[in-house]
Amino acid sequence: MTDQKVIEVEKLVKKFGSFVANDNLTFDVCKGEIFGFLGANGAGKTTAIRILCGLSRPTSGKVLVAGIDAARNPEEIKKRIGYMSQRFSLYEDLTVTENIELYGGIYGMRMKEISTRTADLLNRLDFQQYGNTLIRSLPLGLRQKLAFAVAVFHDPDIVFLDEPTSGVDPITRRQFWEMIWETAARGITVFVTTHYMDEAEYCDRVTIMNEGKIVALDTPAALRANYGTDSIEELFVKITRPKTAAV
Amino acid sequence: MPAVAAYNITHRYGSVTALDDVSVTVNDGELFGFIGPDGAGKTTLFRIAATLMIPSEGRMTILGLDTVKDYRELRNHIGYMPGKFSLYNDLTVEENLNFYATIFGTTVKENYRLIEPIYKQIEPFKKRFAGRLSGGMKQKLALSCALIHKPRILILDEPTTGVDAVSRTEFWEMLAGLKSEGITIIVSTPYMDEALRCNRIALIQSGKILGIDTPQKIRDSYSQKLYAVRHAEKYKLLLALRSVLSSPDRENPAPGSMLHAPRPLPLATSAEPFGDSVHITLPPGTAPGDIISALSAAGLPGATITETTPGVEDVFLELMKREMS
Repeated sequence: MTDQKVIEVEKLVKKFGSFVANDNLTFDVCKGEIFGFLGANGAGKTTAIRILCGLSRPTSGKVLVAGIDAARNPEEIKKRIGYMSQRFSLYEDLTVTENIELYGGIYGMRMKEISTRTADLLNRLDFQQYGNTLIRSLPLGLRQKLAFAVAVFHDPDIVFLDEPTSGVDPITRRQFWEMIWETAARGITVFVTTHYMDEAEYCDRVTIMNEGKIVALDTPAALRANYGTDSIEELFVKITRPKTAAV
Repeated sequence: MPAVAAYNITHRYGSVTALDDVSVTVNDGELFGFIGPDGAGKTTLFRIAATLMIPSEGRMTILGLDTVKDYRELRNHIGYMPGKFSLYNDLTVEENLNFYATIFGTTVKENYRLIEPIYKQIEPFKKRFAGRLSGGMKQKLALSCALIHKPRILILDEPTTGVDAVSRTEFWEMLAGLKSEGITIIVSTPYMDEALRCNRIALIQSGKILGIDTPQKIRDSYSQKLYAVRHAEKYKLLLALRSVLSSPDRENPAPGSMLHAPRPLPLATSAEPFGDSVHITLPPGTAPGDIISALSAAGLPGATITETTPGVEDVFLELMKREMS
């Protein structure tokens, strides 16, 4: 991780009518950082991420992603990021290689580069025997790892991951985090959104949103120490649990 | 009489074996968790328990009733909450609840006390269509509907998947409340940290039960000492640890020691990412300090190593590797 900033957000406000979904957000994310973005349902996480991905424009404030202004040039941002959704994002009725070619093509890579890097990717994942396998017949764990590899295939500046290891077995899960660490060490910033606090423990820094605002932002260790909790889970519930919720 | 007893259950979908000789007993009044990843067989097992499927082999009894032969009688005593939200999206909260009560030949009023702590949280929205509820509210409605006929056994298939941490915490608190009413609860989850909320757990993977015990005893069953190693350069640390652990005595081979020392088992030396650290187990005869010196020699000074308590996930990992080897 370096000090070079790849995401700069200053006083970001997003309103839908009179509803303030993002209320004055300010934060930076560094090159090669693994950044966790947490919040309860309705906290404003999705709104902020849509802006960071160039899918929605801020009402006011400054948002720079890979140096590109999200208000003025959202289309350019899309070229510089990768995205992996929580549920599997590859095409089930295409083969492994076809999926990689499709994504590479969408991001404007040349066929020659695609084939060289496909061979390299299959090699690194130990997937050589699966090149012509349909996605639908791949075991779940392998699909998830492939989906991540595809999301960073075009060497984006930032990759957005939504609950990346939700529901996978523990072996796959740790291999997956190893891939994330490796990717971050290569200088790609990893932006993780999740409901699962043990995923948050893997991040370099974690931010917690509540009711449109950022209410905590620090390393997991510092957050635990500051709030006197044993886990991020406990801390999260302490910060965001509505006072009125009777149980 | 156990509340739930599965005897050598195997279930196949075509050539895929979803459950492979599963036997398990759940005691009366227990909060029992099935912990395992997607595709482990949890849903298949729960569908059999809910009398919705007939196993290829083996049998299951609930409250002494056979899930195949006695399904009609049994359905009066079980409440089932499927993993996928299965209430009527175009009925309101209130209409869904009334519908379920009617089907089971009861009324909301009759059993209101049981569902009150849960239902009163969504009651302000009782005129809202179920399809327009948030994930946490849907979950509370589904639980209310599963409880409305006052079942003795509650079968909850991944009730906390996809809901936020606050709702999940509240949900587990509700289950603790229901348990104190004497209801036996079997619940499944892919989230290892939720295991600690259960009285006993079964770890399940690829259709097989890897272990059954209390969460504490499961954690205690980890066969070795587990250490957490930390360094700011996490990925470099991971790679360095792998190389250090694969050749523990490369730097200072003690004369003759390598000849007689048994080769470390693959299980004895692992290095895996875990949170902000790398979890490792040490080969026999290696002290934690040796690892720090070796890391220093490998160009990573300043790493720290502390013994750590294995979590359920660490044990799951160990059992999976044992099963595979």
